[in-house]
Amino acid sequence: MTEDGRPKTEERHFGLPSSVSRLLNMKIAVIKYNSGNVQSVLYALERLGVNAELTDDPEVIRAADKVIFPGQGEASTAMRYLKERKLDQLISDIKQPFLGVCLGLQLLCEHSEENDTECLGIFPVKVNRFVPENSQEFKVPHVGWNELENLANNPLLKDLPAEPFVYYVHSFYAELSDYTIAQTHYIHDFSGILHRDNYYAIQAHPEKSGLVGEKLLSNFLCI
Amino acid sequence: MLTKRIIPCLDIKEGRTVKGVNFVELRDAGDPVELAKIYSDEGADELVFLDITATVDKRKTLAELVTKVAKAINIPFTVGGGISTIEDVKVLLNAGADKISINSSAVKNPQIINDMAAEFGSQCVVVAIDTRNVDGIDFVHTHGGRKATLLKTQEWAQEVCDRGAGEILLTSMDHDGTKAGFSNELLAEISSALSIPVIASGGAGTMTHFKDVFTFGKADAALAASIFHFKEIGIPELKSYLSDSEISIRK
Repeated sequence: MTEDGRPKTEERHFGLPSSVSRLLNMKIAVIKYNSGNVQSVLYALERLGVNAELTDDPEVIRAADKVIFPGQGEASTAMRYLKERKLDQLISDIKQPFLGVCLGLQLLCEHSEENDTECLGIFPVKVNRFVPENSQEFKVPHVGWNELENLANNPLLKDLPAEPFVYYVHSFYAELSDYTIAQTHYIHDFSGILHRDNYYAIQAHPEKSGLVGEKLLSNFLCI
Repeated sequence: MLTKRIIPCLDIKEGRTVKGVNFVELRDAGDPVELAKIYSDEGADELVFLDITATVDKRKTLAELVTKVAKAINIPFTVGGGISTIEDVKVLLNAGADKISINSSAVKNPQIINDMAAEFGSQCVVVAIDTRNVDGIDFVHTHGGRKATLLKTQEWAQEVCDRGAGEILLTSMDHDGTKAGFSNELLAEISSALSIPVIASGGAGTMTHFKDVFTFGKADAALAASIFHFKEIGIPELKSYLSDSEISIRK
């Protein structure tokens, strides 16, 4: 069921739901903060036919139907920026479907080893640095396409292939937890995707993960 | 399992693809946006755009092109050519590039690697190294391989890694254009010594060469231009060959 109580219509595999008009009218806020590469998230949403607003205006974020929290960069700088603008409180209080991406996932966790940073604590999960025992075999950052495994039965993962490839670029990872709905193996298993209540978070870059990434984003828009 | 990446490279001059391409699907073989879309749809893991004009007055055209490509494709792409300042990087990232590649400017002013990594994160800083073997020693060359430097390739690779580069794109000028295979020995030496991924470039001619560069060359990714543009090797067939050869690859 959708948030307005109407049943969801059928979706095409790897595509937009047929109820495009509902999505077109949807208000999507992409949180603006000092993180790089927000542009590619906006373009990916544009390819799905929806318009998103890049904003740090609390009113606009509160009024949005869906909120996306992208990110690339360094954790402590990002947290400081969010706190200065009181966006940390806003994110913690948000009630609508919320999607953290990459650094966005890490900031939704409890603590990051990156400059010993206290994060937002939505997910009671620790974020650690990859430490390879054998640097020939495992390089850091973890860059490239890797598989999501052990996919839970979750609306965000609807109609995905069994072990889909997604594009990763990161040096820190969230540990496995009760909130992990898909995991990836690199050096060890880590949380590829997390879910708790209205909060979803993806460590990979769905905006750069081909058709699988588009499906993840469109699934999120349909939640 | 993390897969090896196949990366087509487009050489761009004044907003058009050069080196010639013969994609039958293309209405206009020189349109980099159409070509990028085809590679993306065919399963390329990333794209590299190399702006070979790269003069100041052409940068605006490049940024507009980057935006068009970023809107059209759903895989990562790197833009290189003539980038030397933080401002250059900002413009290209805002236009939609995911990573930038620097080469001559890093040799001229190595501190720029630290500065760019600090400003934008290591993950978007690729340092391209053009190397040529001179009397048994590998030396870094700049300006498209024309200018020799006194930097030894292995030492420079280690230095750019230490300065915060996220990836190295290593092009062997001795192999480039020969279609006789990648410089696996040098690649293996550098890839084993470094903690960051190495993209191999120069020498791709057959599908076996790709298999060799991932096994003997220990490369994390392989880049090629003309063999893809001229359809000598198709990305889907290359990927199924590699997969059959037990190379970890995204299908």
